[in-house]
Amino acid sequence: MSVAEAVALIMFVAVIAYAVLGGADFGSGVWDLLAGGTRRGAPTRRLIDHAIGPVWEANHVWLIFVLVYLWSAFPEAFAALMRTLAIPFWLVGLGIVLRGAGFALRKYSPTLGAARAAGIVFAAASVITPFFLGSIAGTIASGRVGLDTEPLGLSSAFTPASLLGGVLAVCTCTYLAGVLLLSEAHRLGDVGFTDGFRPRVLVAGAVTGAIALAGVFPLRADAPTLADELAGRAAVVVVVSAVAGAVSLELVRRGAYRRARWFAAVAVASIVAGWGIGQYPWVLVDHVTIADAAGGRATLIGLLVATGVAAVLVVPAMITLFVLADSNKVGDLGNPGSSLNK
Amino acid sequence: MSTALVLAQQAASDALLPARNQMALSLGAHIILACFGMAMPAMIFVLHRMGLRGDDVALELAKRWSKVAGVLFAIGAVSGTILSFEMGLLWPRLMEQFGDVIGLAFAFEGISFFTEAIFLGIYVYGWGRLPGRIHSLMLVPMVISGITGSFFIVSVNAWMNAPTGFDIVDGEVVNIDPVAAIFNSAVWLQFLHMFFAAYMVAGFCIAGVYAVGLLKGRRDRHHRLGLLVPLAFALPISLLQPTVGHFAGQRIADDQPIKLAAIEGLAETEERVPTVIGGVYREDTDGEGELVGEIEVPIPGLASFLAQNSFDAEIVGLDAVPEDERPPVNIVRFSFQIMVGIGTALMGLAGWAGWRWWKRRDSFDEATWFLRAIAISGPAAIVAMETGWITTEVGRQPWIVHGIMRTEDAVTDAGWVWLTLSVLIVVYVGMFSAAAMILRSMSQRWRDGEKDLTSPYGPSAFDPIDEHEVVST
Ligand code: HDD
Ligand code: HEM
Ligand code: HEM
Repeated sequence: MSVAEAVALIMFVAVIAYAVLGGADFGSGVWDLLAGGTRRGAPTRRLIDHAIGPVWEANHVWLIFVLVYLWSAFPEAFAALMRTLAIPFWLVGLGIVLRGAGFALRKYSPTLGAARAAGIVFAAASVITPFFLGSIAGTIASGRVGLDTEPLGLSSAFTPASLLGGVLAVCTCTYLAGVLLLSEAHRLGDVGFTDGFRPRVLVAGAVTGAIALAGVFPLRADAPTLADELAGRAAVVVVVSAVAGAVSLELVRRGAYRRARWFAAVAVASIVAGWGIGQYPWVLVDHVTIADAAGGRATLIGLLVATGVAAVLVVPAMITLFVLADSNKVGDLGNPGSSLNK
Repeated sequence: MSTALVLAQQAASDALLPARNQMALSLGAHIILACFGMAMPAMIFVLHRMGLRGDDVALELAKRWSKVAGVLFAIGAVSGTILSFEMGLLWPRLMEQFGDVIGLAFAFEGISFFTEAIFLGIYVYGWGRLPGRIHSLMLVPMVISGITGSFFIVSVNAWMNAPTGFDIVDGEVVNIDPVAAIFNSAVWLQFLHMFFAAYMVAGFCIAGVYAVGLLKGRRDRHHRLGLLVPLAFALPISLLQPTVGHFAGQRIADDQPIKLAAIEGLAETEERVPTVIGGVYREDTDGEGELVGEIEVPIPGLASFLAQNSFDAEIVGLDAVPEDERPPVNIVRFSFQIMVGIGTALMGLAGWAGWRWWKRRDSFDEATWFLRAIAISGPAAIVAMETGWITTEVGRQPWIVHGIMRTEDAVTDAGWVWLTLSVLIVVYVGMFSAAAMILRSMSQRWRDGEKDLTSPYGPSAFDPIDEHEVVST
């Protein structure tokens, strides 16, 4: 493996981490949007505050990590992407600002009206942002971005491949977050909530699976390079994803939420891994390979060193945060016995 | 790096002006929040440790400040995320050419912010859950990563002022040495100056809130501590900041003489240059400039001495470069003078505080004028910091990478930057007003005796931040 390939691999691992961890955050926002009116939605919204409050900021640093590695390791490809897909990228950036600000400000809002306004901003941005992120992936996968491509407008998000990417991103985020919220409510002992919420998560899972299956057709037509490899080299991960997704659904149905979330996470991670394996060795599909795009060698080696530092400093800290959050050592509502419905 | 090569001249893009404004707006807004992110953990740490020794008021303050920090951090983080997009969206040609030169600094910055965000999550949500001592130690990685994060990000900016770590051969950027790029000749002074600025901004702003409370007659221990702890950081640093600024100026004299000429408003290269204050710089159609209406400090050669340590030294004037390589002199000069004026005043404030403390050794409860001065010192420090950045950034123009790449050659050629700028203005105005409103209401609710600040969508079972330290295993 060349140094550039090693960096690309690391970058892709970060993409997967972002898809799972950031994805669960986005999905929580989707459930927030679907939670209903003030009174009916209050338990869901409190649960969301509790579940993502301590972790969401850390979860979104993955995106920054990916961007920085992209421009350091593959500067020309980065510039081409930002130029060609400026509009979707700009919408993603705006979505991230609105989403984070909305979430943070809602928590301490002085009045219900203010909380509602902040909440709407948070929830709406939680749909828009993953949609455009997914659509960007679809546009790259369909070979529409090269080094000298003219800027593509908003319509680039609505080609078959990018539309599939966007919709699939929103759906997977929603399903994953649904399972995580179920698991969290279950841990807090809130039977009333889980029973009411489970059917909705099952529907979300079924819809996501159906879209993923049906997605084969537009992908074949619109992103042949990727489609070929998904049926070839990446077939294993596609199968893993399908199986893990099915198992997670079944576990949700049986009420084994704590185990279901691992399978749901594997399902999402392997879809994204399928994209990565499928489009190797391209950075910009059909145009620029990893080897073509690689920047200065000393920088690539520096990035490997930086990754080592991150592995030693960041990963253990992050695991600690998740373990603490999962054992109620950090959190928002806390009280293990409390019913969120009250 | 000796190859000072001007990269192929490209047609100046219409996006240049809005892109500059958008960058300045997003950085200028972000940096204020970043200051709190950098400096608050250390201040909260002091309070938390006092609290663990039995000081309940200090512990209560640490809890409140951590809630406030949580809000400010969140907005700081999202406004920083959009900056990384903007590096590519607004300046694609800069990133295309130099992304791999400056990338490593950004990577380490990313690691620092990762660490900061993780420990923020642990700390802010750990009240009442983690054993007290361990809980307070969660602030230490935040203090350290605030330092390293700002070092690496400022290093990128310093590199734009003093680019090193690459060669340009036939228009290609080669021989990239990212470590040399990080440790460029401007980085240490710029970092130290910015780091001090952050502690001044956060310290004076927070102290100002409690100064206003004291002025309104709320003379309790709560307000005294809230005043004194941030001042214990901000005041001593105010004494040091002008010295760091002085050395930063000497660095410019070596690396960026035209920036210094703009700061001085010096039209022609001269020896034994006096220091002049105020005045407006004008340039006629032939590019001959002069400063009108200025006041001269009656110490001959003072500017020469400040810049070069010798009263007779020569200072390079604006005429040393063609007209199209001169920055907008008046903006640079006014900004610089505002910063220095405020810096001197804040140094005086620190002297006043020290003197008063030494003479009387009481709290500042009754010191009406002193408290008033503290109340405005926060906004003043923000103005000094912003004008400092304007000095650095506008003084570098027309270069985005000093002497190597012009800003107009780096900018995107997208046609819609006016639109994104307008959207961003609306979003930032909304976001900052909402944040201000919410912080005010938080303080109001605390004053009314509310402790847990429950979210308004219904009473929650309880809010952990309000529980006393529960030692759990
Ligand atoms: C890469 C790192 C970077 C950093 C850390 C900063 N800047 Fe900067 N700034 C730029 C990168 C940059 C830039 C992208 O390179 C710009 C755009 C045009 C230029 O020459 O520099 C710029 C322009 C720019 C301008 C407009 C100058 C002009 O074109 O007339 C202002 C007023 C500021 N910045 C202010 C700031 C503030 C308040 C900062 C504090 C956070 C700051 N800059 C840090
Ligand atoms: C081009 C310039 C910049 C970029 C791309 C940038 C990027 C970022 C990003 C992505 C974050 C969010 C990370 C997080 O907190 O989770 C952030 C936060 C921060 N930035 Fe910037 N930044 C820039 C300029 C600066 C400058 C000039 C400073 C000052 C020294 C600075 C200091 C900080 C600090 C201390 C934080 C943490 C703030 C907090 O969490 O409250 N940044 N920055
Ligand atoms: C009286 C004293 C001061 C002097 C002589 C001084 C001098 C300078 C100089 C020469 C620069 C340009 C550096 C460059 O372009 O590399 C600068 C930049 C700057 N100044 Fe000051 N300064 C003073 C006070 C302050 C104060 C009180 C603050 C804020 C609280 C401040 C904040 C800044 C910032 C943020 C920058 C830009 C970033 C940096 O270089 O770190 N300065 N200052």
